[in-house]
Amino acid sequence: MAIAAFGHATGSGHKPSTPGKKSAKVAILLLAPGLMYLVIFFVAPLVSLVITSLQTVDYTTGFAVYSYGFEIANYVNVVSQYGEQIGRSFIYAFFATIAALLISYPLAYFIGVKARRYPLLQALMLTLVIAPFFISFLLRTFAWKQIFSNESWIVTTLQSIGVLASDQYLVGTPFLVIFGLTYNFIPFMTLPLYTSLERLDIRYLEAGADLYANPRKVFRKVTIPLSMPGIVSGTLLTFIPIAGDYVNASGLFLGSTQTAMLGNVVESKFLKSYDYPTASALSVILMGAIMLLVTFYVRRSGTDDLL
Amino acid sequence: MATEFVARGADLELVGIRKEFPGFTAIDHLDLKIPAGEFFALLGPSGCGKTTTLRLVAGLEEPTTGQILIGGKDVTDTKAYQRPVNTVFQSYALFPHMSVLENVAFGLRQRKIDDVLAKAQKSLDLVELGHLAQRRPAQLSGGQQQRVALARALVNRPSLLLLDEPLGALDLKLRRQMQIELKAIQMEVGLTFLHVTHDQEEAMDMADTVAVMNKGHIEQMGSPEKLYDRPKTVFVSKFLGQSNLFVGKAQSHNESTVSIEVAGSKISVPKTRAEKHDGTIAIGVRPEKAFFHEEQPKLSSDHNLIGPGEIIDIRFTGVSNQYLIEIPNLGNVTVFAQNIGKSPVIELGAKVWVSWKVEHSFGLSDLPESVSELEPVA
Repeated sequence: MAIAAFGHATGSGHKPSTPGKKSAKVAILLLAPGLMYLVIFFVAPLVSLVITSLQTVDYTTGFAVYSYGFEIANYVNVVSQYGEQIGRSFIYAFFATIAALLISYPLAYFIGVKARRYPLLQALMLTLVIAPFFISFLLRTFAWKQIFSNESWIVTTLQSIGVLASDQYLVGTPFLVIFGLTYNFIPFMTLPLYTSLERLDIRYLEAGADLYANPRKVFRKVTIPLSMPGIVSGTLLTFIPIAGDYVNASGLFLGSTQTAMLGNVVESKFLKSYDYPTASALSVILMGAIMLLVTFYVRRSGTDDLL
Repeated sequence: MATEFVARGADLELVGIRKEFPGFTAIDHLDLKIPAGEFFALLGPSGCGKTTTLRLVAGLEEPTTGQILIGGKDVTDTKAYQRPVNTVFQSYALFPHMSVLENVAFGLRQRKIDDVLAKAQKSLDLVELGHLAQRRPAQLSGGQQQRVALARALVNRPSLLLLDEPLGALDLKLRRQMQIELKAIQMEVGLTFLHVTHDQEEAMDMADTVAVMNKGHIEQMGSPEKLYDRPKTVFVSKFLGQSNLFVGKAQSHNESTVSIEVAGSKISVPKTRAEKHDGTIAIGVRPEKAFFHEEQPKLSSDHNLIGPGEIIDIRFTGVSNQYLIEIPNLGNVTVFAQNIGKSPVIELGAKVWVSWKVEHSFGLSDLPESVSELEPVA
């Protein structure tokens, strides 16, 4: 709204005392707090991050000494040194997002479509979806570590029936990390899917059935395309934070050094070895890669005219 | 163009249909047979069960009891996508994520018919929308969407085409135009049409046979002319057009007529036009069949005469004037007088008598629920 008013005003700028001029002032005034917030808390740190990522660091004095520079080599180094963790981040994020989608879609469909006639049930189920947020993220993740710990009955049972070898455990495996990531981010998938499916007009599904499409075809040709906005925003809201997550994959929680993701490297570089340039370069790479993927993904899914 | 479509309508038969929803019964007991190639209208107020009937035929609902036969084949247990039936939905339900052409092609694609796009294009040409094939439904007007919905259904050459108040959202002029087009298409393609509507004019105008539905059952069924000329129940007499109804005890029947005595006047109906010949009965007459007189006329026994009464309302509607006449102890009577050049000298408050031919009376099988029902519905 404010942007529109702004655009209109610049268009008719040659007339001094038009209402457009006035509304432009109002628009600027209304936008100012938001713009300032963005500049102070997003643009400035971003610039600082990029500058830091190009610095050189010297440990010879016993302390980390940073000097300004234009050290592109930082990027080359991180990619060659931590390529494995970068790749792992995106692979884990990919599988966890898919798993979350497969679990969330039926759930969101049930809440948004099947339970439509029972508002109380709908509200209750939505509350249950959000309920885990009432307990700390760290606590919940740690609870899973306990549940799947090496002495737990789950692991001993799996060992006794031969799914796991007697020296194999779950904690520290990619499987458990992806499990934890999926679990922690499911609500971010379910809620956008729910909003999209809740608006799904059943009459389109009936029209599909009336036009000889069996339930599976109706789902593929009508339900999925019509819920695409929910699928796109749900996958983005899970994929992006998962790619940067450093809790689930950490050795303190569900992971081990073999499952370290990009976030874990950034964490250790920033907080343990004080290697700010490397950590910053990794962050910039993560951001750039995500932006590229998202742009490509949104273009590909072609949801512009449904959003 | 239309000759592309082969006439192969099938007859539809509903046997002892009953449909219950949690808390209420939508359809009580329904038996219905629609011959192949007929334009059949289910007419009724909202909530009478007509849309439920349509959804049962389409396979979108399952009957609690009863059977549905299409072309002699029992389809009661088949799903919507297995039935040779297509529907033009009230909301059109065009897929918003597909082009107009893809919408029309949808049904053909599901049945793996070849030359899908060419057939879809032809069907769009039939409804004169060929040039909009690449548009999205949201870019079309209501009337255009309606025609796309029609093309999307017709392209499949269903044995039975179901129309769920498809003209409801259109303005009067467009509606009129679509009614004519629909009827023309039906005549050309020879399909069986089942049209559900609450618009009595639309039903009478387009259908070969009209069934008037009320509270989950069919009150009366027949050709529009017959339904209008000889309604059998109070509901039909008032839902289809307007009626003046009079209630009294049946008496003095001679050979051919039944009469009642109301407020000192004798009102007669031919026995052949009366559902009941004894007990308390209701006799009615259409407002346009009645005349009024400023002086008490001398009329032979083939006329009914009531009055005098007082004109309490005059409404000009263009082609006719509608007079509301209050007759003491009898209630209000409506008379329509055509505006055929003789300007009415009659004024509000004038004292008049009302007459009509006995052969224009009709006797009903039931009675109006209350005295207020005596007043004609406006």
